[in-house]
Amino acid sequence: MLGYQSSLVMYDEEYQRIVEIADKLLRESNAKAVFLVDRNGQLIAATGETEHLDTTSLASLTAGNIAATGGLAKLIGEKEFSILFHEGEKDNIHISIVGGRVILVVIFDQRSSLGLVRLRVKKGSEDFDRTMEELDRKSAEEAGSGGPQNPFAEITDDDIDNLFR
Amino acid sequence: MAFINYAAREINCKIVYYGPGLCGKTTNLQMIYQRTSPDARGKMISLATETERTLFFDFLPLALGDIRGFKTRFHLYTVPGQVFYDASRKLILKGVDGVVFVADSQEERLDANIESLENLKDNLEEQGYDLEKIPFVIQYNKRDLPNQSPLDELQELLNPDQVPEFEACALTGEGVFETLKAVAKQILIELKKGRR
Repeated sequence: MLGYQSSLVMYDEEYQRIVEIADKLLRESNAKAVFLVDRNGQLIAATGETEHLDTTSLASLTAGNIAATGGLAKLIGEKEFSILFHEGEKDNIHISIVGGRVILVVIFDQRSSLGLVRLRVKKGSEDFDRTMEELDRKSAEEAGSGGPQNPFAEITDDDIDNLFR
Repeated sequence: MAFINYAAREINCKIVYYGPGLCGKTTNLQMIYQRTSPDARGKMISLATETERTLFFDFLPLALGDIRGFKTRFHLYTVPGQVFYDASRKLILKGVDGVVFVADSQEERLDANIESLENLKDNLEEQGYDLEKIPFVIQYNKRDLPNQSPLDELQELLNPDQVPEFEACALTGEGVFETLKAVAKQILIELKKGRR
């Protein structure tokens, strides 16, 4: 059994690629905002009209939402519900699971439609999934070769204490 | 499972506050929220019932500062303490980096503490974790109340492995930051070891 589980690591190159895919999805689906969130609630990337949104809370609640509906799915004998859709008066949220490990969130209003969002999400998901696979491969290679340098390898007790001053 | 983001030069860790119903998990988070400067904290979210019992979780993001050029963020979660919310508790433990067990020091809650700690072990095991191997601290809360169990009894029953432990009164904030600091420190030490 594991003690401390391995971390999700994001590198510059893959991050840029993810933002590009998210931007493309945002444009092509006429959406207001696109988010990529990991299943534990950490925000990976956000694009679009995000300045008035609490992106951290959005990520955490999305992951909670996916986890809760995943629990419901298992209760009725389903593996998971891969798509969730929340309809509001003005804005709607489309949530989908990409490659079983990350969550794609698209926020859109009347300038778009559920059909268009679903269509573009499907295409975008394949691109996200490929990038996440590359990221996994890279993480495994880097972990094997000992690099890139663990930024925390050199921290001291003082560094930690300073955080709480 | 910490999230190390080299692109944003950020590290995100998840801390879960566990413990029996009404032991003060939410109060811990509220106190941290109140006593942290607004630029270091995000919004606190509480998914609670009308009577303010936690239904799913509370969430508080904290940005503590930089370590070696990396922004260090901690996401604090509580679980619902009531026994029948077990399905929700399991979900919240996913991807946890460190656990705080908040014990209720009142004598009549001794059994509830033990049951909750066993439940924590079981639920972690289900997620593939071993409590003995992850960052873990214990807080004996409500030390200001008159009907409390003696400290050595609590220690013997709840902390046989002698992990870091703190006496607290979450309502006044006593012991709250000491607890948080201890678990955060353990998490950073794990990261230092390079288990990423």
